[in-house]
Amino acid sequence: MDNAVFQWLFAWLPELLQSLVWIVILIMAILLPLLLAVAFLVYFDRKIWAAMQLRRGPNVVGPFGLLQSFADGLKLLFKETLVPAGANKGIFFIAPVVTFSLALIAWAVIPWGEGIVLANLNVGILYIFAISSLGVYGILMAGWASNSRYAFLGALRSAAQMVSYEVSIGFVLVAVLVWVGSLNLSEVVLAQSGGVGSWFVFSHFPLFMIFLISAMAETNRPPFDLPEAEAELVAGYQVEYSSMAFGLFWLGEYTNILLMCAMTSILFFGGWQAPFAFLDFIPGPLWLMIKMAFFFFIFAWVKATVPRYRYDQLMRLGWKVFLPISLFAVVAYGGAALALGRV
Amino acid sequence: MATREVEINNYSLNFGPQHPAAHGVLRMILELDGEVIERVDSHIGLLHRGTEKLIEYKTYLQAVPYFDRLDYVAPINQEHAFALAVERLLGCEVPPRGQYIRVLFSEIGRILGHLLNLGTHAMDVGAMTPILWAFEEREVLMCFYERVSGARMHAAYIRPGGVHLDLPAGLTDDILTWCERFPQVLDDIATLLIDNRIFKQRNVDIGVATAEEALAWGFSGPMLRASGVAWDLRKAQPYDVYDKMDFDIPIGKNGDCYDRFLLRLEEVRQSLRIIRQSIEEMPDGEVTTLDPRISPPRRAEMKRSMEALINHFKLYTEGYHVPEGEVYAAVEAPKGEFGVYLVSDGSNKPYRCKIRAPSFAHLQAMDFLSRGHMLADAPAILGSLDVVFGEVDR
Repeated sequence: MDNAVFQWLFAWLPELLQSLVWIVILIMAILLPLLLAVAFLVYFDRKIWAAMQLRRGPNVVGPFGLLQSFADGLKLLFKETLVPAGANKGIFFIAPVVTFSLALIAWAVIPWGEGIVLANLNVGILYIFAISSLGVYGILMAGWASNSRYAFLGALRSAAQMVSYEVSIGFVLVAVLVWVGSLNLSEVVLAQSGGVGSWFVFSHFPLFMIFLISAMAETNRPPFDLPEAEAELVAGYQVEYSSMAFGLFWLGEYTNILLMCAMTSILFFGGWQAPFAFLDFIPGPLWLMIKMAFFFFIFAWVKATVPRYRYDQLMRLGWKVFLPISLFAVVAYGGAALALGRV
Repeated sequence: MATREVEINNYSLNFGPQHPAAHGVLRMILELDGEVIERVDSHIGLLHRGTEKLIEYKTYLQAVPYFDRLDYVAPINQEHAFALAVERLLGCEVPPRGQYIRVLFSEIGRILGHLLNLGTHAMDVGAMTPILWAFEEREVLMCFYERVSGARMHAAYIRPGGVHLDLPAGLTDDILTWCERFPQVLDDIATLLIDNRIFKQRNVDIGVATAEEALAWGFSGPMLRASGVAWDLRKAQPYDVYDKMDFDIPIGKNGDCYDRFLLRLEEVRQSLRIIRQSIEEMPDGEVTTLDPRISPPRRAEMKRSMEALINHFKLYTEGYHVPEGEVYAAVEAPKGEFGVYLVSDGSNKPYRCKIRAPSFAHLQAMDFLSRGHMLADAPAILGSLDVVFGEVDR
């Protein structure tokens, strides 16, 4: 708000409105690049996938097919929105909005650099956790309101899946935050300062693996893409959606994936910090983006490589493998933190 | 307080005919208890074209292309069965070179069929990549088809009496070069899937058919061999020059989806052996019988001889007459025993042509194989059955 340009433009507004405008500007500064990044990530995803399948991938729209996502987005925007006759109209339209907006608001607490954060919440981790728990509602509403059997089964699976894996994610977060001694995401990153050696990925390696795999399950990415398993459920909860309603699900999904990439970088890979001191000249936000891109590549790589789990196997993995390990990790890392006098 | 009676219905799910995993135009009504399959009701007939009836109105030569359109992923194998049936009625001999070429292209057809199934089976359990690798190789094989017959899929190449034309120059060398390169692709597919834990979890002990069940339900081909029955028509009732070929018949142990996948993978390797042998041992000579009542005269001769021209005209309009009788000829097609039952009344058209399609017999097993499994297993089982609707519906 102390920005000179901002003062020159909006000094005539009352104080309260000024702060509102300032927040809107900050939100836009995060969301616009984010959505732009999502468009290119979809392209990136398709290109990686294509390369692994010996295909070329999108290469027609724009140079190297770079504009493919925008063409797809425009196409969706201009299409007619179809509503199934048996659908519950209100919920049917709210569902994609819920998914999309929940995917966006989580970004408020992501720190891009020291002090570069929209909302430096003291309970940042808790906020992220709450938002991602709400994500299941969009899918559940979509599946229920569509009044289609494929969508219904897809939504049921999704609800069970997201709830199960949230438990392990929760315990991983607890283990990390006990170690750090703070729920603030910036504090988590600062606790890892001092180069690549002090990143949590080494000291918390099992937690990192559980978090990465659970993140795939949480975002419904292969091998956990059961809610939209096209082999049996055609497209799961999205089956009745067309045009921009579908587009919102699509955007929301990729934004969530990106959020999980950001969370992995922040929790285990030192967030905005450079791995070595001599690389400090590269700005923090750029480092975070590089790390996110790396994890996104892993997501795409996994997608191209592995088959899909079956519903019961997925549940077994979540409850019988990940839950005990992460529960044990909370105790172990908590105990270690106590012994080392960190708490 | 009066008790209220509540009737609980099973959840029924419509699977197809427009479904990404239905392998064509299959429609299944799945009765589900939660996600557990209680009953599968397969509906067929959506691709029925009346092939058998149409063949009754065509001369024997005109009937050949209909066989390409049955199992359209491995067209030449079906022609082979029809050609064998007609030849047995005619009592004509195919020259050795013709027989070797037939074996060569039947095995290429087997690889075509198996590659498609390996890829789609993997895709049905969610692995999206192998199918594209497999299709890359199928493309090469279809180019071999094209070079020999002019068509990539509907070749009409194996005809009663032999094959249509001799191999073009250089084709055998190219096929041998491909045989050198191709095992690498198979290894890639194998390393990606065979030891993958998820792939195993999705296929091991899924859709088990014991040897007795397999025989009782009329299984043949890989479906039967995966259950542990070593029955292969190429060995049991050798036709053409299969008795001179040195190859093994892989058999499975458990009869589950995983065994079927491994078995098809191994059969592709065995087919490669047969392809190499048939090219190396292929003699020179005629590719089709010289009997002027069955095969057309040479083009050069037609330019000089009036009789040859008339003979050619008669063969391609009226066709040849086949002696009265009935015959059943079967080949080991990629999917199993593909049989043709021909009844001839002595005219130039078959009186009746009954086609025995292996997929048809396999599809009826869908119900008993799927019962008690999860919904997600249905595509895996269907994928391992290897059904193609061209031949199920005919």
